Amino acid sequence: MNRLNQLFNTKKDNLLSIYYTAGYPELNTTLDIAEALERAGVDFLEVGFPYSDPVADGPTIQHSSEKALEAGMTLNLLFEQLADLRKRVTIPILLMGYANPMIQYGVERFCKKAAVVGVDGVIVPDLPMYEYETLYADFFKANGLSNIFLVTPQTSEERIRKIDELSNSFIYLLSSSSITGGNLQVSVNIEDYYKRIKAMQLKNPAIIGFGISDNKSFSKACEYASGAIVGSAFVKLLGTEGYLEKIPGFIEAIRPY
Amino acid sequence: MKYGVNGQGYYGDFGGAYIPEMLYPNVEELRQQYLTIINDDEFKAEFNQLLKDYVGRPSPLYHAKRYSEKYGANIFLKREDLNHTGSHKINNAIGQILLAKRLGKKRIIAETGAGQHGVATATVCALMGIECVVYMGEVDMERQAPNVSRMKMLGAKVVPATSGSKTLKDATNEALRDWIGNPVDTHYIIGSVVGPYPYPDMVARFQSIISEETKKQLLEHTGNELPQYVMACVGGGSNAMGMFYHFLDDESVKLVAVEAAGKGVDSGHSAATTFLGREGVLHGSRTILMQTDDGQVVEPYSISAGLDYPGIGPQHAHLFKINRAQYVSVTDDEALQAGLLCSQMEGIIPAIESAHAIAYLEKMKFKPNDNVVICLSGRGDKDLDTYIKYFGY
Ligand SMILES: Cc1ncc(COP(=O)(O)O)c(C=O)c1O
Repeated sequence: MNRLNQLFNTKKDNLLSIYYTAGYPELNTTLDIAEALERAGVDFLEVGFPYSDPVADGPTIQHSSEKALEAGMTLNLLFEQLADLRKRVTIPILLMGYANPMIQYGVERFCKKAAVVGVDGVIVPDLPMYEYETLYADFFKANGLSNIFLVTPQTSEERIRKIDELSNSFIYLLSSSSITGGNLQVSVNIEDYYKRIKAMQLKNPAIIGFGISDNKSFSKACEYASGAIVGSAFVKLLGTEGYLEKIPGFIEAIRPY
Repeated sequence: MKYGVNGQGYYGDFGGAYIPEMLYPNVEELRQQYLTIINDDEFKAEFNQLLKDYVGRPSPLYHAKRYSEKYGANIFLKREDLNHTGSHKINNAIGQILLAKRLGKKRIIAETGAGQHGVATATVCALMGIECVVYMGEVDMERQAPNVSRMKMLGAKVVPATSGSKTLKDATNEALRDWIGNPVDTHYIIGSVVGPYPYPDMVARFQSIISEETKKQLLEHTGNELPQYVMACVGGGSNAMGMFYHFLDDESVKLVAVEAAGKGVDSGHSAATTFLGREGVLHGSRTILMQTDDGQVVEPYSISAGLDYPGIGPQHAHLFKINRAQYVSVTDDEALQAGLLCSQMEGIIPAIESAHAIAYLEKMKFKPNDNVVICLSGRGDKDLDTYIKYFGY
């Protein structure tokens, strides 16, 4: 049982997670940001390892990835930065990124390294279920890492069941089929979709991501799921002067309770 | 087919569908339906009719006499440049628009490098009365300006891709992002044998008409449907795959794929993927791509917008790895010189992409009776500016 499971066992709703790109806006503040987020009360973190061609991301995260790469962020460097992770941060941490950097690093080596520094899970949107199951699942399991799958309103019930079976922490629910940085979609159809998911009584909790940017969208998402993830809106904050000091206020505004 | 795709979408170690969940329903719908649709008699009849009456197929197989003398073998040019819209790209665009219609799609998106695939897609959308959006790198919009105007005149919306190197790779990223946001009504007409399965196989099938015709035409010209050599340029690899397709299982036929070396393979300004690349994942498939040790995609370079791509289709990666085809490269200078030579010896101004394939003739060693087919994938109209700047005409 990793930190993620412990969290989901003890806290069932209004969970708040924050995504940010490692190496942005400064190369070496990855752990400073993590620490500040934990102090502000965030429940778990997603640290992005940047990629040159992030097809699932909108302009904000594309920009942060580009800047981080320009500054010299690599997976090697990120793991170096994370060496002190568990001296400074106690909340669960996921690494999020694309398949190619992970494959170049070596998936087994990546999983081992992630476990050693105290990472709890991985989100790789373009790593398909078939390849995960047949090539990589053993590495994840051997290192106690959760792999997180995405679900959209177009994902079939059969596939959601399969995803639930392969998951062991949470399911990443998208409010619509979109890249990051859009708006939370709320319509009759979407309500139906959330209800449909709820009625399926999945063994894993669902967390809603993509398009959560403020208290309104966060609260809405929490009506349907155990919590929500804020990405682009936070990355935008990181692009402003004095971002570390602004973190408590940003979190307070999204979840004032 | 020995070198064809398996049930999981792989060619040996390459292929698959490395896509985010948001694209899964669309790609899965295609996977389930593409073979049924394209093997349907009515589909085939409509496809073949359009290839004949609209595209102008079969494209001629021209015995280039002066080239044959110069290079000491029988050189044949497969004249894809004579197709409507000026390149082989139209074969695939016709196939995919007919497929999109049968899938009930109302909107088409495409990426383009040289603009030839964009023009082909805009053309078939006009033909069918379907909305068309083409993504094109900002750099390519400049160097292939006539094609931008053509697409607009055909009623397509051309959206500049402003990220990364602002070329074909980035246009592909933007098209994929559009598709993620429009999962129900939109079909993405990918322009080469790249992307997630089933695209590489589907596009190869639509382009396979090139080698299907070539076999018949060679039989007429030479009394033998098999040549000694087949040559084509490779960007993503669609004209090459179409040219190789029906020769793959005939192991006596040597397949030569010509990549763009740009300013030289070791110059740091190149698009010679098999020389510079390693295995990885790009645009939804496991293939060979140019990348850093950290797995970041390297910006390629070629004077030819259609070859300026850091990867190759997964089937090419497989043919390369198992040595079924030979992958070679040609520099900007060699390609432009070959374009000029082709103009002045055969009266054909080739696309700079196609000129890469022709340029490699200089490095081949033939026997006098060898029959050699080169895919002349497109015409040079779109490249006149580049030729003019280079040669000062
Ligand atoms: C004339 C021509 N040849 C070749 C290519 C390269 O594409 P592929 O390798 O898919 O044939 C292009 C692409 O734009 C082209 O316009």
